Amino acid sequence: MIKRHLPFATVAVIALVAAPLLLEPFRLGLLAKYLCYAIVALGIGLAWGKGGMLTLGQGVFFGLGGYSMAMYLKLTEAEGGLPDFMVWSGVEELPALWVPFANPVFALSMAVLGPVVLAVVLGTLVFRQRVRGAYFAILTQALAAAMVILLVGQQGLTGGTNGMTNFFELFGQDLAEDSTQRGLYLVVAGVLGVLYLATRQLVNSRYGRLLVAVRDGEDRVRFLGYDPALVKTVTFAASAGMAGLAGALFVPVVGIISPALLGVVPSLELVVAVAVGGRHVLAGAVLGAVVMGYAKTAFSEQFADGWLYLQGALFIVVMTLASKGIAGVAQTVAGRLRSARAT
Amino acid sequence: MLELRDVQVAFDGFRALDGVNLTVPEGELRFLIGPNGAGKTTLIDVVTGLTRPAAGSVRFAGQDLVGRKEHQIVRLGVGRTFQTSVVFEELTVVENLDLAASFREPLWALTRRRKGVSEAVAESLARTGLEALAERPAGVLSHGQRQWLEIGMLLAQRPRLLLLDEPVAGMSKDERERTGELLTAIAADHTVVVVEHDMDFLRRHASTVTVLHEGRVLVEGSVDEVSVDPRVQEVYLGRRADDTVGERS
Ligand SMILES: Nc1ncnc2c1ncn2[C@@H]1O[C@H](COP(=O)(O)OP(=O)(O)OP(=O)(O)O)[C@@H](O)[C@H]1O
Ligand SMILES: [Mg+2]
Repeated sequence: MIKRHLPFATVAVIALVAAPLLLEPFRLGLLAKYLCYAIVALGIGLAWGKGGMLTLGQGVFFGLGGYSMAMYLKLTEAEGGLPDFMVWSGVEELPALWVPFANPVFALSMAVLGPVVLAVVLGTLVFRQRVRGAYFAILTQALAAAMVILLVGQQGLTGGTNGMTNFFELFGQDLAEDSTQRGLYLVVAGVLGVLYLATRQLVNSRYGRLLVAVRDGEDRVRFLGYDPALVKTVTFAASAGMAGLAGALFVPVVGIISPALLGVVPSLELVVAVAVGGRHVLAGAVLGAVVMGYAKTAFSEQFADGWLYLQGALFIVVMTLASKGIAGVAQTVAGRLRSARAT
Repeated sequence: MLELRDVQVAFDGFRALDGVNLTVPEGELRFLIGPNGAGKTTLIDVVTGLTRPAAGSVRFAGQDLVGRKEHQIVRLGVGRTFQTSVVFEELTVVENLDLAASFREPLWALTRRRKGVSEAVAESLARTGLEALAERPAGVLSHGQRQWLEIGMLLAQRPRLLLLDEPVAGMSKDERERTGELLTAIAADHTVVVVEHDMDFLRRHASTVTVLHEGRVLVEGSVDEVSVDPRVQEVYLGRRADDTVGERS
């Protein structure tokens, strides 16, 4: 029992105690951002790694969460007036869609429920029609593209291409303060930890077995008396909810939400990160997001465009040489060591 | 128990089933034979909801099956296997059986971890003789063991009617023998329909046989009656000469 939880406990101590003590605020902020992406990656690991649903549109759910949070932040700062960007684009009255987002409970609920509902609707339509594989992937990608067009087009409602930025406070805390940012980091790390444990529990349950069975033999599962469309919809919705929550956390951590952060490319980048980390293992997905986050920061500081090609190349290398990613390599090495010690 | 009336199935104008009438009473072990392309698999597909008939009715235990979804038909107590066996290779034998056995649980109830082995699963393990392999991934099983696991998965669901599509195809002689015994044992408390080509197997384990040919029921009767029927001999002649019904070579 203790042995089984040791790896998780070690990582938890490093993340919750060591990192805030050792990292300077700027670095801690970066890590908080990667951990937000890791929450999305966890959902992708569940939906794609375990459930076989290659979703290329998680940015949509991430964006819904992010925009919900941003709307709340903008409204508290406007103190009954109009958010700054609306004033600039000549909007005179607060749009009805915005009104309920002044309530933090509503905004946070929508950050999760919005994505969940969208995923349920989409999943019900798509999985019932037995759309899967590449068709599902393309569909979700199209959704990400459509979302960007929608956001950019509604300048007065969404801030258009620039999105929303200049957030100053969250629940009365000054977002520029190091202590606030450290607190936010701890919240993000805590949420990731809890979601990781819950997802791991799910994957190890009978539901997880069913999910793998649906991935490997959807038709056979149907003849065992289960409805694969339901299993897939529920799982897809769970991954969407995670992405939404991640988006809501991302906004106060990073201080901006814009279409560029949730379109086709960011959605793809997250899938690449999960593949690099190892999609078959939840920890691999999380690790992939953090590693690729750091790599992106390190490389794009030096050569901005190079990163995109490097990322593509890395994806191809992983898919052809080590399809199970870093986690798969680690498992193989551990297995070798164990058998070497045994002999 | 199972009743098909004037069932027709057409694929692009080609009639795979052309007015099939078939009644299988409760508790019977019925063998379904016929040359390649006779429509045997299609018949199972129609009963289990994979293929929709163009005409006719399919009734099971007083309920109409036409138009129901696959998983709904399973929930009524109809289980099937496929000509090519599909087990979940990444899951262990026990997990495969447990998954089959849990199908009546609501989805949320499945989010708990499996604790031990349920009665239905233990019974399936014992009946199929897979106890020693219980914790092994299904991917390592031999062809014969896979077929047994599939039958075991059906049994774990406690169905009332089992439809098995060529369960002994590709099995060794010993495995066939064991499967035959397993089928006979299962038939003691289930209704079973078995599609099979192999005449030798039929002679050893079958009682009632239905012969299907070009989408219609050709004859129905005991193994002995069917094997001497001239129409059956004609259908099989030239196709599988070594298997010609009747005289043993
Ligand atoms: N989906 C399909 N589309 C078109 N034709 C089909 C389809 N499924 C079956 N058929 C045709 O229907 C006929 C009956 O097929 P079926 O699979 O039921 O035969 P079978 O008796 O099971 O044969 P076998 O012994 O080879 O398994 C065959 O001629 C087959 O080619
Ligand atoms: Mg067939």
